Amino acid sequence: MMKTTELPRWATAIAMPLFNLLTALLVAALVIRLLGESPVESLKILIEGSVLRLDNLGYTLFYATTFIFTGLSVSIAMKAGLFNIGSEGQMYIGGLGLTIAMLTLDSRLPALLLIPIAILCSALFGALWAFVPGYLQAKRGSHVVVTTIMFNFIAADLMNHAIVQYLIPAGSQNTASREFAEAGALPRLSQWITDLNDAPLNIAFLIAVAALVIYGVVLWRSPWGYKLRATGLNASAAHYAGVSISTMIIVAMLISGALAGLGAVNSIMGSTHYLSLNFPAGAGFIGIAVALMGRQHPVGIFLSSVLFGALIQGAGELSFQKPAIPVETLVFIQGLIILFCGAMEHLYGPALLKLFNAGKK
Amino acid sequence: MQPAVEFRKICKAFGAVQANLDVSFSIAKGSIHGVIGENGAGKSTLMSILYGYYQADSGQVLIDGKPRQIRNSHAAIEMGIGMVHQHFMLVDNMTVLDNVMLGSEGSFWLKANRTTVEAKLREICERYRLDVDPLAVIEELSVGAQQRVEILKQIYRSANILILDEPTAVLTAQETASLFDILRLFKEQGKTIILITHKLGEIMEITDEVTVMRGGRVVGAVHTDATSKEELANMMVGRPIESELPRAAFNPGAPVLQVEGLQLTDKSGVRLLADIDLTLRAGEIVAIAGVSGNGQSQLLEILSGMRVPSAGKVSLLGKLLPFGKRREADGLPAVFRDLGIGHVPEDRLRDGVIKDFTVMENTVFGYQDRSEVKGKGGLFDFKAIAARCAHLLQAFDVRPNNPNLRIGLLSGGNQQKVVIAREVSAKPKLMLVGQPTRGVDIGTIESIHTQLLRMRDEGVAILLVSVELEEVRALADRIVVMSGGRITGELNIEEFDTTRIGLLMGGMHK
Repeated sequence: MMKTTELPRWATAIAMPLFNLLTALLVAALVIRLLGESPVESLKILIEGSVLRLDNLGYTLFYATTFIFTGLSVSIAMKAGLFNIGSEGQMYIGGLGLTIAMLTLDSRLPALLLIPIAILCSALFGALWAFVPGYLQAKRGSHVVVTTIMFNFIAADLMNHAIVQYLIPAGSQNTASREFAEAGALPRLSQWITDLNDAPLNIAFLIAVAALVIYGVVLWRSPWGYKLRATGLNASAAHYAGVSISTMIIVAMLISGALAGLGAVNSIMGSTHYLSLNFPAGAGFIGIAVALMGRQHPVGIFLSSVLFGALIQGAGELSFQKPAIPVETLVFIQGLIILFCGAMEHLYGPALLKLFNAGKK
Repeated sequence: MQPAVEFRKICKAFGAVQANLDVSFSIAKGSIHGVIGENGAGKSTLMSILYGYYQADSGQVLIDGKPRQIRNSHAAIEMGIGMVHQHFMLVDNMTVLDNVMLGSEGSFWLKANRTTVEAKLREICERYRLDVDPLAVIEELSVGAQQRVEILKQIYRSANILILDEPTAVLTAQETASLFDILRLFKEQGKTIILITHKLGEIMEITDEVTVMRGGRVVGAVHTDATSKEELANMMVGRPIESELPRAAFNPGAPVLQVEGLQLTDKSGVRLLADIDLTLRAGEIVAIAGVSGNGQSQLLEILSGMRVPSAGKVSLLGKLLPFGKRREADGLPAVFRDLGIGHVPEDRLRDGVIKDFTVMENTVFGYQDRSEVKGKGGLFDFKAIAARCAHLLQAFDVRPNNPNLRIGLLSGGNQQKVVIAREVSAKPKLMLVGQPTRGVDIGTIESIHTQLLRMRDEGVAILLVSVELEEVRALADRIVVMSGGRITGELNIEEFDTTRIGLLMGGMHK
């Protein structure tokens, strides 16, 4: 190779995403200016409201926990060459699994048994929901993008039916299941760190961090992860190397679905303690942004999850303090970040490369 | 007469690598000029400068005696320079006509223009005997015909200087011959041709003059009449090339591979392999000669477990290979590898390596589940893998010797060395080798051949598939010729006879 056509890793992994993020914030600042508010002040509120106070940070990390799971879900499928758009639906169905376990067992079992069983059920249901698209892709060649999108719709309607027909307690107007027993609540970290106050950050966060570590070790240090990555990069060569491609696709989708299912654990068992209509609220789709921005790397997934968590928390605070800035600004900024960090991630690539080559001379 | 192209002291560096250094030579108008050199000798860089992809750091390019600035390929085309790339730049699902018009549509209204262009194309085809139907769709054309479309495109754009980059790498012998006829006709019409290749036979056959490059410099410029293949090869590599590699006396052992009545029919009912019987003994190299696409690839795929045959028996060391009742080969290559079958695939980038994996990761590719690469808890033992990799890179002279580089950044020859190192080091009993030196330079060919002969001398049975008769001749103990999915003949190396093999390749029976 003669010309340096590639940037060093630090540039693609750190410098470029950072530039992209700054660009997104710059555009957001422009819009806030147009709304008649001060961008600097708004940014200050955004940051203070999301990370600077411990209880706000607790909220940020609580949101981030869900995104870590959905981000991992999208990432592992992506590493196997599968674009799983269905994490949203898988998380939703995972919530159903968890709820069924809770509604049948929460009066009979102690927390120590109930919680692991519920977690397992949510992973299992998420995995099953991803199994069908995985199987169809592996055996019939039906494109997983199309089937998972369809399965999101099916999941939404199925849950609608399940909640309205079976789960709403008699006499309740709220489209949600009954509240689970106390034994089903995940312990909050504020038990040990009292400054977290009422932030719903719970032990699901620790499970998410453990999942990140396991994901990293399995993908980059185990023969199985090696085969998964090989399948994603070049299925024909992976076949040559002895990988059973169809099995790999199905297993990757099962794990992807299970991880998405675990996303439900945090938001239901860590906070609301009941299943409500449309509870994932787009967390599965944010998982796609997290996986793209974090380049399916554990550290990247963690950082981008925290970023999106901070945005939700900070933007809430922002519209609370600045009535001129509507709540929808959050979606707007999210969109900008996805646009610049995901879709246009190579925006500064050529310029950086030029700079880099010039610097070398 | 003015030369058509003259390079004056061209220098071009990429970072620390000097790709071209003081390159000066000229190309006579109306001649066929060969440019040869190993991979990385700087041929492609020089041609890219001529075609406007790169700008030289210093030096001048003169076209028809005038110094010209070639800013981009658009400018090159305007100066009458055309290039036929190794990988065709055609839109597969469009017609020849549309492909030619692409980029020079003329006006907004395509339709009006189409008929005039079509007439012009027919006239060009007639004049240069290109034998291409302007209304044919690209993907339905053979590789040779697609190349003729590329040439047609250049003539249509009134190219007077035609650069061909390794044009015969994808062609059969017959297609090569007809390409050369076209090039001769081109020359008669006063056009200039620059031919980049590493096949010396072709240089001798068709060029008038040859420029030899090595390490970014011109190391020789000769009239083709006044040189020989040997002299060119020595100039290219910078040291004498052994024309005959040492090998032990032919002394085959027990049968290793036995194939009986092998059949393969694809989903649409086309017979790809019919009644293949073949025996391979320890310590012999059997070469399968044939024009590509006559069933050799499928045979290799079946024997390596990448594909399941429709019928027939295959046994290794007297034991039937476990195709059983399988209909999918999914996962089977791992089983075959464990039985002692090594495989250097024909298309190394498609099958043999993962471009985005490091060299080190690629040295365990296919062997990732072996106990020697695993440590605690079933995870990779990176220390052992690194040690093994360092040893392989050393022993097989892979350059650059850097295990952490992505293998896609290595030259084709060095990628192939990694593949061969990996397969050889697994100590197989049967080694399947497909096109081991395709796109590989002469120095590397020698080292790959030496490696394969050493394996043979150590008692490994080797099945070689190659479209290069030179290679078959250099390596084989026995030659099996295939045509149309059948074995059409078999001969010992002492009976090597190009004409006879050519006839068998054409489907003439024993």
